[in-house]
Amino acid sequence: MIFLKLIVTNLRRHRIRSFISIAGIAFSVAAMLTVVTILQGAIGMFSGILSSDSEMIVFERNVSDLFFSNVPQTAAEEMAKWPMVSHADPVLFGIVSSSDHPIITCFGVTASDARIRKATWIAGDKLSFAQHSDDVVLGERAAEFLNAKIDDHVPIGHGVFHVIGILKTANGFEDGGVFMPLASAQSFFHKEGVSSVITIKLRSKDDADTFKSMVKAKFGNLIGLEDAEFTRSYSQFRILKATAWAVGGCGLLLGGLGVANTMIMSVFTRIREIAILRVNGFSHVQIAAMIFGESAVVSLLGAVLGLLTGTCVLFALKLVPALHGYVDVTLQPLVMLIVILLAFLTGIAGALYPAAYAMRIRAVEALRFE
Amino acid sequence: MNLSATHESNQDCIVLRAEGVWKSYDDGAITVLKGVNFEVARGQKVALCGPSGCGKSTLLHLFGGLDSPDRGHVSVNGSEVNRHRNLLRLLRHEVGFVFQLHNLIPDLTLKENCLIPTVAAGLDHHIAQARLQLLAERTGLTHRLGQRIQKLSGGERQRTALCRALMNKPKILLADEPTGSLDEQASGTVFELLLDMVATEGVTLVMATHDRGLAGRCDRLLEMHDGRIHEQISA
Repeated sequence: MIFLKLIVTNLRRHRIRSFISIAGIAFSVAAMLTVVTILQGAIGMFSGILSSDSEMIVFERNVSDLFFSNVPQTAAEEMAKWPMVSHADPVLFGIVSSSDHPIITCFGVTASDARIRKATWIAGDKLSFAQHSDDVVLGERAAEFLNAKIDDHVPIGHGVFHVIGILKTANGFEDGGVFMPLASAQSFFHKEGVSSVITIKLRSKDDADTFKSMVKAKFGNLIGLEDAEFTRSYSQFRILKATAWAVGGCGLLLGGLGVANTMIMSVFTRIREIAILRVNGFSHVQIAAMIFGESAVVSLLGAVLGLLTGTCVLFALKLVPALHGYVDVTLQPLVMLIVILLAFLTGIAGALYPAAYAMRIRAVEALRFE
Repeated sequence: MNLSATHESNQDCIVLRAEGVWKSYDDGAITVLKGVNFEVARGQKVALCGPSGCGKSTLLHLFGGLDSPDRGHVSVNGSEVNRHRNLLRLLRHEVGFVFQLHNLIPDLTLKENCLIPTVAAGLDHHIAQARLQLLAERTGLTHRLGQRIQKLSGGERQRTALCRALMNKPKILLADEPTGSLDEQASGTVFELLLDMVATEGVTLVMATHDRGLAGRCDRLLEMHDGRIHEQISA
């Protein structure tokens, strides 16, 4: 109890300094949580698009981004005939802009695609999809920010399209996207005869290896991966994840330096007090534990404050119209746990030198000269 | 046979011993102890007198394990000081310190300051509380237990320091000018209390002081001068 009181007393003694340290950790944690959650959410949403009613994805080998992948439509037609394949859906991705919205994701899909078949249609009829080349179906959010209703004509990119339906999906990208007939999308994006990927639904998941082998044998420039395998190995996802953690890590490093500075000042200003503790039987370990305890309290308070701040920031970002559909604020427990753990370790690392310094204080000198 | 037994008995009674102790500072520029030899028997009250800088405090620090001699040996209860494992045991259980400037932690209460040695030693909280209650009653501090140190008078602070020094029932009390920062009245009160506590607790006292009046009330008065113990006067 006295030990805890010593820790709290030392922090309360320099409230402003302690608060600045806590705030430093809090901002770092909030930044890390925000960046990581947004990117994890984006990756999750994008993975969700690919894995919609499918287990496998086929795309061009060695492309850095799926938007650059060109998979011949004939490949999809052939794969659809393979005995282990339930259905094969070619999907073409494209990015367009409209007034006030610089990024709108377009999905070129066939009428049989699960995104069309299994979505909840708020307006329009799914049977009418792909009847005309200028027909489009909007996600609910896209309809909101384009201020479009059924039968409206909306400018998208350099074209004007007829809205024949509005659908609701759980996926933010799809909800903020535009669905075009595959042929229209190929024409619009000048990618005639190709799609970006083929999503594959197998009759049995046990056939995945056989399917991959067949893709490799018959289409040397294509690769087939299971959805989870794709999410793990796709270089863009890996880069995004690494970037997110690196940015967050830099933030925490700065927070850690703040803690180190606070703890150093804390030790320097109470050398005599530490000497008194030594004279009264405190061991080096107990002195170090006290310093680490202070930094741990700072870190954990900062982490809690940072989690609250980060959560608020994420919900605020979700309300920004320009980010509709692109921010998934589902907080992942694992991410939160990692962020708290990193903040805690940062605090401990920040206290290493101060603790070592405090352990080296010679009571007799501190009592004699101060 | 009897002589041998008497000799062993005397040896057993020695709780503090300094043998040829030398100590200097500033890389040998200032030598404060020059081959000090002396012993203190269990239960004795010993006063160290002498001018400032003669080495009184240094000797106390050596006995308490806060510093180590350049040459010679210092032992407490038969064990040589300054071996690391001995040091914590020494500070936690065998010696208690009272300083001129009380050396209390100002942001803590009187009670919390007194409990610090028990926390260091890992003493059971209930036992520590009972011990504190007893010492606070004897020193007249019961009503001040919850007060912060800043709100205590000089005399109360020094009595608090005395309580703290005795919390873990040390066998030896090392007091470095315990009344040096107090006025005459408070000084007398604290010293009476110190003697009373030492007698009640059965503690050996070694006290550095400038006050020859107080020193004269101890069992032995050692005069230190020029880094040596020159005189040894039975009080």
